[in-house]
Formats: sequence, structure tokens, C-alpha cells
Amino acid sequence: MTNISKEAKIEMLKKLIEIRRFEEKTVQLYQTAKIWGYLHPSLGQEAIAVGACSAITGDDYIVSTHRGHGHCIAKGANLNLMMAELLGKATGYCKGRGGSMHIADTELKMLGANGIVGGGIPISVGAGFSCKMDGNGKVVICFFGDGASNNGVFHESLNMASVFKLPVIYICENNLYAISMCSRESVACKNVGDRASSYGMPGYIIDGNDLTEVYETVKKAADDARKGNGPSLIEAQTYRWGGHHPNDPGAYKDKEEADYYKKEKDPVVNFKKKLMAEGIITDRDIDKFEDEIKKMIDDSVKFAEESPEPELDKFLEEVKQI
Amino acid sequence: MREIEYREAIREAVIEEMDSDEKVFLIGEDIGVYGGAFRAYKGLIDKYGPERVINTPISEAAIIGAGIGAALTGYRPIAEIMFIDFTTLTMDQIVNQAAKIRYMTGDSLNVPLVIRTQGGAGRGVAAQHSQSLEAWFYHVPGLKVVMPATSYDVKGLLKTAIRDDNPVMFIEHKMIYLNKGPVPEEEYTIPFGKADIKREGEDVTIFAYSNMVFKSLEAAGELQKDGISCEIIDPRTLVPLDIEAIISSVKKTGRLVVVSEACRRGSVASDISAMVTEEAFDFLDAPIKIVAGLNTPIPYNSTLEQASIPHAADIVKAVKEIVKK
Repeated sequence: MTNISKEAKIEMLKKLIEIRRFEEKTVQLYQTAKIWGYLHPSLGQEAIAVGACSAITGDDYIVSTHRGHGHCIAKGANLNLMMAELLGKATGYCKGRGGSMHIADTELKMLGANGIVGGGIPISVGAGFSCKMDGNGKVVICFFGDGASNNGVFHESLNMASVFKLPVIYICENNLYAISMCSRESVACKNVGDRASSYGMPGYIIDGNDLTEVYETVKKAADDARKGNGPSLIEAQTYRWGGHHPNDPGAYKDKEEADYYKKEKDPVVNFKKKLMAEGIITDRDIDKFEDEIKKMIDDSVKFAEESPEPELDKFLEEVKQI
Repeated sequence: MREIEYREAIREAVIEEMDSDEKVFLIGEDIGVYGGAFRAYKGLIDKYGPERVINTPISEAAIIGAGIGAALTGYRPIAEIMFIDFTTLTMDQIVNQAAKIRYMTGDSLNVPLVIRTQGGAGRGVAAQHSQSLEAWFYHVPGLKVVMPATSYDVKGLLKTAIRDDNPVMFIEHKMIYLNKGPVPEEEYTIPFGKADIKREGEDVTIFAYSNMVFKSLEAAGELQKDGISCEIIDPRTLVPLDIEAIISSVKKTGRLVVVSEACRRGSVASDISAMVTEEAFDFLDAPIKIVAGLNTPIPYNSTLEQASIPHAADIVKAVKEIVKK
């Protein structure tokens, strides 16, 4: 990460904090029933979203998952529109039609979160074909979890992407749990990353809580993809701090394991410490960032709360067009 | 007017659209030198090359996903699923993804994707290659469902499907690829949601689509000998459905026979019958008759296979039962 500017590192830190605080706020709003339905916070996994999205350009695509808030924010999503969507408001990214699991933005080249585990993996193949046909060096990042890597479409899609040498970077966020199923018990080989060899593509197994490592690996995979060398599979090992959703106490998780990740492997704290050790930021800077981000998030809640609900009459008119 | 085969009409539509829009491409199994299972894409690999005629591994879900992903990023793919029976392998991508993406993302994204496939019995290919599954897709909000019977219709509707900004299930029938029909030399398109009167008549309305249009025409010829005049309404697209055309014909004839090769339980035919009952009950002079496939996996043995789907004689019988009344 030596060739990354100081400014870029600070931006990455801000994004990490932005995701952390946004997710904390959504959990709070869920617990007070302002957000309902399903909510899958990405607390503890922030470094993957930020490291990966910082390693590509604004013209590159991402395909996300049900645990996708971090990906959206890292790609530059507007917090007001995200929060309004979570509150089901007409001003939200999806006009209140989609909620947490369906946020998408054409401008940001964000091809959608997804409510179906593994559902986005085949879609990334098509975006890969599109980039290849356009021939202008764009790439696609496809995020998915350890659970999705056991799904049939994972095999079909990685095989097809490799056969056609498509510029797709497959990033498995192995957070150890697919709802309650631990990946140690559900993945037949030692690592998800080992599966890359079946598809004739490079496989990387990395510490997903280390932003620098994520950034550098994705950068390399993206460079390879841009050169026409085809897809890569990156297993970014991380930890889902919470349950599957805020109402899941995670009784199936080991307490020592949870403590270890929260104390030793906090991606936000560790990156903060790193930048302080490098003399790039000070405590005062952190306080300033926290204040700025708190204001952005409070503003987004205010925007969402003050936004109108979708109109029923308009809905009934729209239905006729479907 | 010249007459060309149904599969040739498909090929012409594809060529015209690929020539006029560089964003149109083909993706599917055995569509390269093989030319597609029914040879509708014969020679296209030579004409357009492997970049635009993408011959894939056997990976149905990834084929549809590839179509969706390319559609989301500026292309207009035509994804082929060789048999409608194989759409079962790709239902998440069709039903949860393609059909819903535009709506659930608040119109942020849209999916201009055509899924070409074919169904139907009659070729001795048994239970996993002969189904009529249109009702599944008809049932899912967000999908258009097109089922052309003639060369003229298949060409004009496929061009419209390719230009549509939303996903279209384009369902052909394996028994009609070699049927010849008039197709003008000059370019044309056919709008969705506009039924075609395949035969005008006075005494009874027959609603039929896809291969059943031909069975109904045969039946109408027979019935004419007995002085019964049939009007055949071919909706051509099930979604959107030209219900007005059906109602207006029923208002004229007072009688309706709904024909469908698909088995009756949960069928499009049942839904049409319900709609007409709701909308035009007072105009009916007799109960609506449904002539549909039996509720069975399609058998291999030819006698059993033929017994499982409707024929002209079944339509004749149904018409006579209600015209008597």
C-alpha cells in the first residue's frame, strides 16, 4: 500500500467509519421498529467493502448481496437515499419498493444487492460479458458469502466466467456463518479460495479484516482482469459480529471466537491505528471525522423520517403497467 | 407473398435486429456451428462470430444470469434455453431476478432480455422435454409471455421482444419450426397485447395459441361442414393479454371454447375462462368449455402421448356440446 496517497488512505478510513456508524444506526432503528422486514448489517466486515471498492474505479461494476449496505457506501451511495429506502419512503433508492436487500444505482455502477443467496453470482457473468464486449478495460466485482459458495450457481458462474476469460473478481466474504451454519462445517474443502483451482483461475485466501491486504489483492486481480487474463477468486476471511439479523442472538456462535474478532481483528480500529502509527492522522482528526459522519447519518435519518410514504394511488396505477 | 419456415422467420428477425443494433447478441447452448437445437441460428456464428453468438457450457442459470447482467449494463441479449423444461434449472434467475429487478430497484435498473425457449409435446421426447409451462411465467408479475403460432407472428413479435426494455419469455413450439407461412419481404413488427383473429366466424369463439391455433383451424374446417361458424382468437401474447378482443368476440358469438396444450390444472386456459365469466357472463349463451392437456407427465409411447394433448377432434366435440345449447 506504499503507493497509495495519504489522502486516499484517509478517504478509506472515513468510509470504514461511515459504514460502521451507518450500520450501528440501522440496528438502532430496527430495534425501535423504524426499520422493519429484514436487516443484515455488515458490522465487522467493513474492510472488504472499502478495500475492494477503493481498488477499482467509478466506472467498474459491483454486484452485491443481502448484507450489502457496506458495498453501497463504499461505492459511493448517498446515505439519505439509503436511509429513506430502509424506512420504506418514496424518496429512497428503490422508491420504497425494495428495502435493505435491493438497493441499486446505475450511476454508481452498483448492480444491486440481492435477496437470494448466490443470486448475484450469475448476473456478474453477464456484466463481465458486457465489459469484455465493450473492450474498454472495465471490471466487475461480485461479492458473495461462504454460504453462496455452496450454491450451484457458484459453480456454473465461475466456470463460465473462466471459460470466456471475463473480467470478474469474485470476492467471497467468509464471515464464518450462513445464518447459523458455520462454514467450517459446510464447505467441503479447507478454504473457499481453494475452489478456484477447479475453475482454472487464481485463488487468494486473505485476511478480510486487513484493509491493506484486501486492497492490494483486489488491485492485482483487477489488473489481471483488465489485461484480459480472466477472473479471480478471493476468499476474504472475516467475521460477522452480530447474528444473521439484529433479532438473532447468535446462540450457535462461540463466545471466545466473537471476543477475539471484536478485540483483535476490528477492521476499523486496526486501520485507524495503522494510519496513526504512520503519522497520517491524529486523535483530533478522528474526532473530526466522527463528528462529520455522525452529522451525515443524523441528517440521513432526518431526511428519511421527513420523506413522504409512497402514494397508494400511484402504486395502483403502476401495477397496471407491470 | 413468399412463404418461409417458422424457424427461418426467427432467423430473419434475429439477423435484422443484430444488424440494426450492435448491442443485440445471442447466448445459449449449442448455438454455434450446431445452429441451435432446431437450427434457428444456422450460420449465425459465421456471420457474427463468437463474440455475438456465445456458445456456452450447459449452465442454464448462468446463461440467464449472463443475459440479465449484460442487459443491466447496456446490452440486449437473447438468451436461449433449449427446452422450456430446462427453465426449471434457472427459475431463480428468471423469477426472482429478471422479473423483479426493475420494480424492486425503483426503476434504477431494467432488464431488456429475451429468453427464447420452446415447449410442447408430439415428438416422442417424453416427460422432461415436452412440457407446456407457460402458466408458470404467466403467473409471475414482471414477465411478458409471447407464444407465436405462425411465421408472420414469430418474426414480428421477436423483433418487438428484442426492442422491449423488460424481460420477455418467448415461447415457441417444437412441432411448428418447419411450418411455412407468408412473411413479407419488407420490415414489420407486431405490438404486444394485440390478438389476431385467425379465422372469423359467428357461432362460437375459440381461444387458442401456439400449436393449438392449427388444431383449432382444423377443427373449424370440420365444423364448417356442419354449418357451425367458428371465430378463432389467437392472443399471440399471453402477457400482456388482449382480453378486449376475446370479450368482444364472445359478445358476438355468445359461446367460448378455450384451448390449451398445457394441462388444465392451474392453466392459462382456466384463467381466461374465469376472466370471461367475470367480464361477459351476461353475453354467454352456454357454459365455457376448456379443452386442455391431461394432468399427466407427457408419456413416451406415441399413442399415450397423443392421448395426453388436445386434437382437432376434441375441439370439434367441445364446440358441438355448447353449440347445441
